[in-house]
Amino acid sequence: MSSEQPKGGANKNAPIPNNAAVRAADALDSRLGIYGAAKKNLRKVFPDHWSFMLGEVALYSFIVLLLTGVFLTLFFKPSMQEVVYDGSYVPLQGIHMSQAYASTLDISFDIRGGLAMRQIHHWAALIFVSSLFVHMFRIFFTGAFRKPREINWLFGFLLLVLAMVNGFTGYSLPDDLLSGTGLRIAEGVVLAIPLVGTYVQFFLFGGEFPGEDIVPRLFTIHVLLIPAIMVGLVTVHLILVFYQKHTQFPGPGKTEKNVVGLPLLPVYAAKAGGFFFIVFGITAALGGLVQINPIWSYGPYNPGQITAGSQPDWYIGFLEGSLRLMPNWEWNIWGHTFSFNVLIPSLILPGVLFTFMAMYPWIEGWITGDKREHHLLDRPRNMPVRTGLGVAWITCYGVLWVCGGNDIIATHFHMSINAITWIGRVAFFVAPVLAYLATVRICKGLQRRDRDKVLHGRETGVIKKLPHGEFIEIHEPLDPATRHTLTAHEQPKPYELEAAEDANGVARKVKRSDKLRSRMSHWYFAEPIEKPTAEEYKELTSGHGHH
Amino acid sequence: MSSQDKSEVPEEHLPEVPASAHVPAESDPFADPGLPAHEPRRTDIDEKAANRAERQVAFLFVISMLATIGFIWSYVGIDKDRIIDIFFFGKIGAQNAALGGTLGIALFCIGAGAIHWARTLMTDEEIVQERHEFTSDPETREYAIREFTQGASDSVIGRRPLIRRTMIGAMALVPLSGVVLLRDLGPLPGTKLRHTEWKPGTELINEATGLPIKPDDIVKGSLTMALPEGLVEKYGPAGQKEELSHGWLEKAGMSAVLLVRLEPKDVKSKKELAWGYEGIVAYSKICTHVGCPIGLYEQQTHHLLCPCHQSTFDLADDGKVVFGPAARSLPQLKIHVNEAGNLAASQDFAEPVGASFWERG
Amino acid sequence: MKKLSARRRHPLAAIVVLIFALAATGGLYAAFAPAKKAEADDSASIAVEAGKKLYLSGCSTCHGLDAQGSSDGPSLVGVGAAAVDFQVSTGRMPLQQPGAQAPRKPEVYTPAQIEQLSAYVASLGVGPKIPTANMYAPDGDIVNGAELFRTNCSQCHNFSGEGGALTQGKFAPPLKNVDAKHIYEAMLTGPQNMPSFPDSTMPEQQKKDIVTYVRETTHKEPNPGGLGLGRLGPVSEGLFGWIIALGLLIGCAIWIAARTPKARTK
Repeated sequence: MSSEQPKGGANKNAPIPNNAAVRAADALDSRLGIYGAAKKNLRKVFPDHWSFMLGEVALYSFIVLLLTGVFLTLFFKPSMQEVVYDGSYVPLQGIHMSQAYASTLDISFDIRGGLAMRQIHHWAALIFVSSLFVHMFRIFFTGAFRKPREINWLFGFLLLVLAMVNGFTGYSLPDDLLSGTGLRIAEGVVLAIPLVGTYVQFFLFGGEFPGEDIVPRLFTIHVLLIPAIMVGLVTVHLILVFYQKHTQFPGPGKTEKNVVGLPLLPVYAAKAGGFFFIVFGITAALGGLVQINPIWSYGPYNPGQITAGSQPDWYIGFLEGSLRLMPNWEWNIWGHTFSFNVLIPSLILPGVLFTFMAMYPWIEGWITGDKREHHLLDRPRNMPVRTGLGVAWITCYGVLWVCGGNDIIATHFHMSINAITWIGRVAFFVAPVLAYLATVRICKGLQRRDRDKVLHGRETGVIKKLPHGEFIEIHEPLDPATRHTLTAHEQPKPYELEAAEDANGVARKVKRSDKLRSRMSHWYFAEPIEKPTAEEYKELTSGHGHH
Repeated sequence: MSSQDKSEVPEEHLPEVPASAHVPAESDPFADPGLPAHEPRRTDIDEKAANRAERQVAFLFVISMLATIGFIWSYVGIDKDRIIDIFFFGKIGAQNAALGGTLGIALFCIGAGAIHWARTLMTDEEIVQERHEFTSDPETREYAIREFTQGASDSVIGRRPLIRRTMIGAMALVPLSGVVLLRDLGPLPGTKLRHTEWKPGTELINEATGLPIKPDDIVKGSLTMALPEGLVEKYGPAGQKEELSHGWLEKAGMSAVLLVRLEPKDVKSKKELAWGYEGIVAYSKICTHVGCPIGLYEQQTHHLLCPCHQSTFDLADDGKVVFGPAARSLPQLKIHVNEAGNLAASQDFAEPVGASFWERG
Repeated sequence: MKKLSARRRHPLAAIVVLIFALAATGGLYAAFAPAKKAEADDSASIAVEAGKKLYLSGCSTCHGLDAQGSSDGPSLVGVGAAAVDFQVSTGRMPLQQPGAQAPRKPEVYTPAQIEQLSAYVASLGVGPKIPTANMYAPDGDIVNGAELFRTNCSQCHNFSGEGGALTQGKFAPPLKNVDAKHIYEAMLTGPQNMPSFPDSTMPEQQKKDIVTYVRETTHKEPNPGGLGLGRLGPVSEGLFGWIIALGLLIGCAIWIAARTPKARTK
């Protein structure tokens, strides 16, 4: 363990204080052994980079959700019993509505600070899911999911899925016109499930839609079941981050064997703790100053009513978009209905997209055959295919997402909604491919630029006239630290099949999976931009022709 | 945050520039030059700057305290219904803005104070920690596997297949209790999805008036929302709303229809005309895609658009789908005029309304 | 004018115009027959004569010399004064460019001229009259109006009257800053692709309730929760969350993680 202790730290000869706090700590230690944990963790090193704080945004908005959520449960009545509204919002006075909706109106209009808490909760939810996505993008593009962190990627992925599900259940609770419409669509999706759909729908809703059971049931799921699982997963996720230590970008002094940064106590604790307050503060200000989900404008849910611009919260938007883009395929076979127009966009397509996301660390690991641990991050440009795949995934998701708002686009950009839908249908297939190709090209271009920079130095912008009249730009050689940073990445070779015949000419059976793997691997590492070698560098810098 | 004035830097407090920093390694030009030497910040060497940073941090904390007092004052002192008109924000709730704003400032300033403190006064000397190997050493590995094997063998589970198999069987069966318990979550579907509240002779009630509808009421180009009797809220004699029967939402969700009058010569389907009355046709308002109510009627094109996923139905052609993800035509309700001269249903919908389901066929 | 030229280039524009014209001519055919009688009525007031002159110079190109329609515009026989008042006072007519739908724009005629035009068209056939001020005064039952709005209007015009998309580039316009009179007239006459809500199915009082609700909410209602974000629902909220909220947070993260400037300047 002592080898793990970071350099620096407290003066070994400083006297140990003997005050009340130390005595209390002694008492705790004799029962829990806290000094051991403190020795390991107090000076734990955390590297500093802004992109390493995206996960913190997610964590802190999750805590804000828990805090404000508890406040809301004190006043929200998860019941679909019909009441007549008599609160202070005039346009709804005397209207029949569910208790859930009436109590949400009370939180918004008759409980001081209730609206602020509701809005903080909702903003925090939007920020939570978006920060989860951005955090995952950072992990993905820098290769931080590689061994030994594949499991933590999976935990993070589960958190993302649970966050989206819990967001949808929360959106459904107030029983307003939009949330009811969302549930109606969910009902339609459930009905489309082959074999058991009808039964699942009747069990889920306690009978015909909407029934009186769905809000109380979703309430328990929203405030108890999923949050409990999420708290557990967050805990394990953080323990793993602690245990496996944080990754770091390549740079001077940074290796696969060490971690360079600032100690937990005091710097990281102050920064991370301070960031919690900043996240909470910004969310609170949004809750006070920017209106979100004005349920009083939507009105109570009635399955015979609808509003233009019926949209879910953003993170469900891609499902809305895929439902909108899907052609109307429905088969009737042997008296049974296969609603592919619902099943493909709402269950199969998201299933494929998200399974690919979840399994990516293993997919890439299998293709590259890389079994080593990685603690130094990749710069996205140095892994063009991975970066391209990620951008293609985002593009695919983005097309669906944008099409979830096609009616808003139609009115605001004066376009035909039918044209937008057709553009979306084509773009869903074409745009990810174009995005992939463009990304790979850009990555390779950036690699080439790095190579030039290393070999020829930085462009200074200073133009010099040589004695014979030629103009040249002065290039300043890079300092050794930057030179190292730009060349620290590996350039793995593609996985080669063993020869079909061994040395004695005996035919060897080549497994089909190996062939596939070799082909994938060649695609993965195709046409690399070779990074400069020491010989190239020395030749260029050894005197003659130095410009 | 930075109020440093470059000219004031006390040079004598700066450490020497380390000699090794700019010497390239001869053998490998790309070798790791190692962690650069620590450079002090201004606050590290200038006591005045450090004191200034301390005051800035304290200032942020004081603002936070004031904001909390402001929060309490807003809670007590601002009327909850008060509206203020602020530049850019428009007319917004005064108390909500004050509560959210002050809470936001109070929290943000704590955070900003802590971070400014960390950035200026706490050490910024990077330290290096070695990573530990996750893979266990061979001895530990052998020990663990050996102990586990021994334990497994001591349990005799390998040698006693009867125990092993019955245990797996028992464990596999026991969750069934939990599944069975879910049975009473709801009734069985039966044929409930196939029927609505429309029965032969049920009058169509105008949702806007609560009254039955005469054919002459429906003019060309108009749109009327209708429900079966008993599902429309009516004002009672004393002006108060009459209570609707239990479960009216479920019934309304299946039975809502809309009525339009078409020019008979525009209608492409004979069946559609026969099921209507002098060009008046009644269609289910529930989309055949996933069940949103559709009411976006374009009177000149006779098209009906669903706002959820943009399925478009042609009301002059049996409600056929002309665009979007819905696969089936909108069900038409067969209507006639009864003895009282009102529009009434001749029968229930001939097919299930709303979203498709497995048994629909 | 960018918008208009963009729409003119739309490949479907020609078809839309054709459908528009065909449907409008066909739809109004029935109103054609009683019009003959109405024309026979001898009510040669000054307004009608003045209106006819205005009509011939400004409208007849599309609607025909005798207002019985042409391939470019529907017959106006029997559409009533309310329809003319709505179309011309909101600037939708005269039409500037053929397109998916006539947009609202500054009106071309003066109120007096609009009155004359209305009188002329009303003289061609029986149709809805221009409502009187007390019919659309916003003092109806706002609660009932809200409920009626959600059943009959919000599907196209959105829950807060911000408008919404229809097929092939058509749209339900926003109701903000629309006069109470014009809201009433639109319900009464069903302009363009909007269905009408005649008194027989939507009685005067109900229309008044709806007008009350629309005026009180879209015009006057504050946003209790703060900045309204266009009251478009989750789409604008999501965009705001991604761009502003997450942007601010990432900005803070950059500040937190950045190294504090060193004392020595290089």
